Amino acid sequence: MLTIKNLHVKLEEEDKQILKGVDLTVEAGKVHAIMGPNGSGKSTLSYVLSGRDGYEVTEGSAELEGMDLLEMEPEERAAAGLFLAFQYPVEIPGVGNMTFLRTALNAQRKARGEEELSAADFLKEVRAKAKTLKIDADMLKRPVNVGFSGGEKKRNEILQMAMLAPKMCILDETDSGLDVDAMKLVAEGVNALRDAGRGFLVITHYQRLLDHIKPDVVHIMADGRIVKTGGPELALEVENNGYADILAEVN
Amino acid sequence: MALPAQKLTATETLLSSLSLPTAGCTRAAREAALARLQEMGVPGRRDEYWKYTRPDTLIAPEAPSAATFDAGEPMMFDAVERLKIVFVDGVFDAEASDPLELEGVQIERIEDICCKDIHWAKDLYGVLEARGQAPVPRPLAALNTAFAADGVAIHVTGTPSKPISLIYQHASETSDAILHHVIRVESGAEVTILENGPAASRFNKCMEIDIADGGTLHHVRAQGRDHERRAVTHIFTRLGEGSVYKSFTLTVNGVLTRNEQVIELTGDDAVAHVAGACVGDGDFHHDDTVFITHDAVGCESRQVFKKVLRNGATGVFQGKILVKPGAQKTDGYQISQSLLLDDDSQFLAKPELEIYADDVACSHGSTSGAIDETALFYLRSRGVPHKEATNLLTLAFLAEAVDEIEDKSLAEDIVSRLDGWLARRT
Repeated sequence: MLTIKNLHVKLEEEDKQILKGVDLTVEAGKVHAIMGPNGSGKSTLSYVLSGRDGYEVTEGSAELEGMDLLEMEPEERAAAGLFLAFQYPVEIPGVGNMTFLRTALNAQRKARGEEELSAADFLKEVRAKAKTLKIDADMLKRPVNVGFSGGEKKRNEILQMAMLAPKMCILDETDSGLDVDAMKLVAEGVNALRDAGRGFLVITHYQRLLDHIKPDVVHIMADGRIVKTGGPELALEVENNGYADILAEVN
Repeated sequence: MALPAQKLTATETLLSSLSLPTAGCTRAAREAALARLQEMGVPGRRDEYWKYTRPDTLIAPEAPSAATFDAGEPMMFDAVERLKIVFVDGVFDAEASDPLELEGVQIERIEDICCKDIHWAKDLYGVLEARGQAPVPRPLAALNTAFAADGVAIHVTGTPSKPISLIYQHASETSDAILHHVIRVESGAEVTILENGPAASRFNKCMEIDIADGGTLHHVRAQGRDHERRAVTHIFTRLGEGSVYKSFTLTVNGVLTRNEQVIELTGDDAVAHVAGACVGDGDFHHDDTVFITHDAVGCESRQVFKKVLRNGATGVFQGKILVKPGAQKTDGYQISQSLLLDDDSQFLAKPELEIYADDVACSHGSTSGAIDETALFYLRSRGVPHKEATNLLTLAFLAEAVDEIEDKSLAEDIVSRLDGWLARRT
């Protein structure tokens, strides 16, 4: 599904190398988790994959089902099936949440040569999905993320993910700012989307999210590289001993 | 005080090209306005009030020519059930207009009231304009009162079933139109006034609105798209106790537009909202100049102006709230913002507050900025293409101003025009 090879990335505006050769393959149907200390490059990886400005790829490649992601505009990546759940979802005053969702969904369908969803069908679908995420009608009507609590913003990300039905989902610290109940709700939303055709890359600092979203593979990222890969037990090891032991072992 | 030589010359040059209509009952008002104009002189580049907008083409004896333009789309408000009053190059067109009959309102041409000795409009024509000449002179409004060739007097005594729609068509490339309307809304009456169209190559329009206690006037205006047209407009509004005035203006293109609103809240608990959305590019120059005077207790005023500028377009906002002594519990709000779609465009803003009462809430803010890159990326990351995402954010930026229109179908019509502009230009 997602194949990243030897990815080197630096900040465009300063000569600072952030990613120093990331190798990672996420298969369809699998959930991969990336853990790592602050500043290890986890969020940068998610931004580079989704096409945010400000980064320069100096070496390596990233492909989604064989398509060169790095050559594509952000909207093309989205239409191709990539989705990033933001660590800090953006507030957009003046744009209604429903308008936003419908515009995004139909833009993707159009880009893929599919027919646009009618207003009625869209409404039906969004209401059903919102209900399972406990997103009320008022939240759907309000401007995108404006006045939403931290938990509401993250649930709204998952709602977008559910509506857009991407092939490859990247969740960037989706657990940050969530209380236990909200985390469960978000995790349930993610788990509901798990299927054989879809890959997940879950970026997190803490093991606790992985109690709810069970990963198949866990990677440890440090200083711009993946330094260790293992099963779910690796996350527990981090939780118990911190990163120091693993980093010492690698170095 | 004698006028500076340059101003005197410019004033004399302009006046020599004009002649005072020999009309009956407005004659005295016109003569008085002419005297005011001669005393003030025409606006010049050195006048503080015209610092950001060049008045040259507005005071030249001849109007610069402006090509007419067929937008190839239905006229504004076409779908709205309304009473149409049509002016072509500033002259009333009876055939194109509906009969001037509607329950709850009396409509007459200024020309027709001129021959009557007693008429309500006599107490309004030129009166609010004259009041609005202090503390800042508005010579082009005095010019209008003196030389207006046409216009209507609208007397609202009830609640007409449909809006009154003033339509300004532009037919001749050298037309120079001066229109003056007076509107009196009686106590408890309510009306919606629509205005649209480019009007003329050069258009000077003045409107005096007197709203009695408990009266309500909604005003929605869309200025025409003819690119080379020039317009200077003044709206003078006086509000009585508990009365309401809500005004929205859309400006799409036009090489020069100066819209002045002079509002006086004279009765307690009156409400005045003025809003504007403008979009323009290239040599587009758009100026909103607003002066709101709070002279009663518990009044509310709102100014919401949004401008989208690109390819070197210029936006100007001069907005003032004056709170007079004793105007306690005043609630004044003013926001002016521009969205600059490139580095060539500019926005010049001069917000002013002058407050002589101690129990008031007044706020003002002015910003100019580019499209929010973070929001743009967020939209694109969800699959919305760059152009569409930019348009969505541009409309979102304008939304606060458009939201000031209470009638949702009118607001939708306005939004569809903005959509059209965005679709054509990006």
